[in-house]
Amino acid sequence: MLNVKVYRYNPEDHREPYMRDYQVNTQGKDLMVLDVLNLIKQQDPTLVFRRSCREGVCGSDGMNINGRNGLGCITPVSDVVSEGETLVVRPLMGLPIIRDLVVDMTQFYTQYEKIKPFLINDQPAPAIERLQSPEDRDKLDGLYECILCACCSTACPSFWWNPDKFVGPAGLLQAYRFLADSRDNAQAERLADLQDPFSVFRCHGIMNCVSVCPKGLNPTKAIGHIRNLLLSAAC
Amino acid sequence: MSQIRTISYDAVIVGAGGAGLRAALQLAKAGQKTALLSKVFPTRSHTVSAQGGITCAIASSDPNDDWRWHMYDTVKGSDYIGDQDAIEYMCSVGPEAVFELEHMGLPFSRTEEGRIYQRPFGGQSKNYGEGGQAARTCAAADRTGHALLHTLYQQNIKYNTEVFSEWCALDLIRNQDGDVTGLLAMSIETGEIVHFKSKAVVLATGGAGRIYASTTNALINTGDGIGMAIRAGLVAQDMEMWQFHPTGIAGAGTLVTEGCRGEGGYLINKDGERFMERYAPNAKDLAGRDVVARSMMIEILEGRGCGPDGDHVFLKLDHLGEEVLHKRLPGICELSKTFAHVDPVKQPVPVVPTCHYMMGGVPTNIHGQVITQSEAGVDKLINGLFAVGEVACVSVHGANRLGGNSLLDLVVFGRAAGLYIEQSFKDGLEQRNATQDDIDQAAVRLNRWNDSTKGEAVDALKIELQQSMQKAFGVFRKGDLMEQGVEKLVELRERIGSAHLTDKSKVFNTARVEALELENLLEVAEATAISALKREESRGAHSRYDFPDRNDEEWLYHSIYDPSTKTLRKRDVNFKPKTVDTFEPTVRSY
Repeated sequence: MLNVKVYRYNPEDHREPYMRDYQVNTQGKDLMVLDVLNLIKQQDPTLVFRRSCREGVCGSDGMNINGRNGLGCITPVSDVVSEGETLVVRPLMGLPIIRDLVVDMTQFYTQYEKIKPFLINDQPAPAIERLQSPEDRDKLDGLYECILCACCSTACPSFWWNPDKFVGPAGLLQAYRFLADSRDNAQAERLADLQDPFSVFRCHGIMNCVSVCPKGLNPTKAIGHIRNLLLSAAC
Repeated sequence: MSQIRTISYDAVIVGAGGAGLRAALQLAKAGQKTALLSKVFPTRSHTVSAQGGITCAIASSDPNDDWRWHMYDTVKGSDYIGDQDAIEYMCSVGPEAVFELEHMGLPFSRTEEGRIYQRPFGGQSKNYGEGGQAARTCAAADRTGHALLHTLYQQNIKYNTEVFSEWCALDLIRNQDGDVTGLLAMSIETGEIVHFKSKAVVLATGGAGRIYASTTNALINTGDGIGMAIRAGLVAQDMEMWQFHPTGIAGAGTLVTEGCRGEGGYLINKDGERFMERYAPNAKDLAGRDVVARSMMIEILEGRGCGPDGDHVFLKLDHLGEEVLHKRLPGICELSKTFAHVDPVKQPVPVVPTCHYMMGGVPTNIHGQVITQSEAGVDKLINGLFAVGEVACVSVHGANRLGGNSLLDLVVFGRAAGLYIEQSFKDGLEQRNATQDDIDQAAVRLNRWNDSTKGEAVDALKIELQQSMQKAFGVFRKGDLMEQGVEKLVELRERIGSAHLTDKSKVFNTARVEALELENLLEVAEATAISALKREESRGAHSRYDFPDRNDEEWLYHSIYDPSTKTLRKRDVNFKPKTVDTFEPTVRSY
């Protein structure tokens, strides 16, 4: 039996959130945290969480597991608790709660949209693809793979503090994905949009984003590159 | 129900995977008032899980490549019940659609010349099967679906598409003339029901792999579009045709791409034998997916499976070397470690055929217009209703889809439907009307769940349905087992009809969503079961012990499942491409 504590809150029924205890029969298997939540939902259909691909690529089930953000579907219970310890599951921090583990992602998506997350190239497109060397394409590795799970931004104290003004690690990773793309020709415009004191410069290199990213990406490094571009643009 | 809010749109698209996003983009760019409804945020759609690539004759790997060769492969792959006019359209328009994706920013892998990288995939040949293996599948490492879905979503941001994220479609609204005039949908966040009134409704709801206990499909793939079409009295086509992907990770069901074999990986049995050499001497591990899946199952059933229970085979990749694996198949390395606890650089991956793709669906023409069939067997277009992507059966995949053709299907036909609808608006397409009764009809099942006071739990019923489908309608099928499967579904229909929704709350009530999904699963399952039982032959993915041979005389047809009578009829396959000669059915071997 696995002891689990889950954050519960339904605005229709509860005046305030509380932690609810469950016991789950894992049949001796090392389940993923999402599997555990699914088993709880069989006991208690009122428990609510997002999930879709269950293999770590859709980014639905970002959550806080024993104090650390991660994806429920690719986090084995054994990674977070030892024998006899309690699994503690809470929603991602810093975003408004809709119900239980479901947070309102609006602020997160707004920051993503703000960086113009699409290729800008006003030259007429050729009849075939735009050519790009393998070396230029390699520059996008570690950037385009982001799944928008929000584990990074909701682990970032700067994003907690200024979620409306600081783009946050996820948004900035994508900002750099387009700045780094040899096919994009809006670099000046993109940098101008990021020049204010908040969008980029609220990053203090805490690196929580790097330590929690379930895809092993490095937003802090990307932010460093953006800073360099901004500084050299200013010179 | 009279107090529900009505919102009017030119077009409403249900589903925000590759097909829905591509259709929405076309309409948003044209300035049409478009609503894109999705029960998950768009980038959570199942397109994100596609790995290996998008097959298309862009002539990068081979400058002499020809879309007609791709067409030949696709027709052959379909075991000759793919519609040749639709396959012709997909393969010939494909390059344009893929170049558009690249122009939108899709981060394709590249060749030394800077062109899009193409890898070999199953069932692909040069020169109409005469020139050996082709490398025609355009790839962004092994994350092509993710790259494609995010790129299309990003373009929809650029063009300000109105997205209703986390809205669950309930049912279509059909008026007395049989036209579709809109639909009812529920905001998952608030529980509000809204009447979306629309000149055109596009179903882009994806697949339904969750009718099986073991599937590569996301938890959201519950056949909602099929369920809605069937409840609206429309027919479904070729529903017996389910693809079992050769390489699902044993136990977990997660997919490892055919691209692994494209890059040079191969399957071995417990004796270490590369057994595909026996079953498909030419194409070997890159034969059609149905052929490979059956060969694996025969190895397992004849006692040559791997592991303590002999219930899987191994996919060997270590000989490709660390560099190739990390460069070309990084996602597979991750998934194998997470779900199979093996590092492909060092150890083989345990794999087993796993339900992957629904070749059947709502029949449409190449513009995505939904077709239904009268009892006399006459085709009729449904005004106001379109279907694109996996939910549709256009039919480019026939009895067996080739790897890499699914992403192509999504973008080509999402785009085609968008273009056609755009033109219809220019031609003055008007909103058709429905009565309050017609609208209320679409809320009947929701009301039933909301009023339920006792009955069985949704989850247990779902598991029973999935296990029953797994048992009777897997890789190999048998008449008597399928008959039991059909009977089981009759019983389940009754029990699901009186099941209980315990949680009646409004805010983000996923138990309610799952209850609604269960009804969709049931419709897909029953269409599958009856179609499979009645098609008395083996063709493509439909393989029967009791009818082991393909029977062109009686079954070179689409099957049409009519939900009103629960019977199967036949529909002619299109053998009339416009610009090339017909590919005549021959014996299919690899």
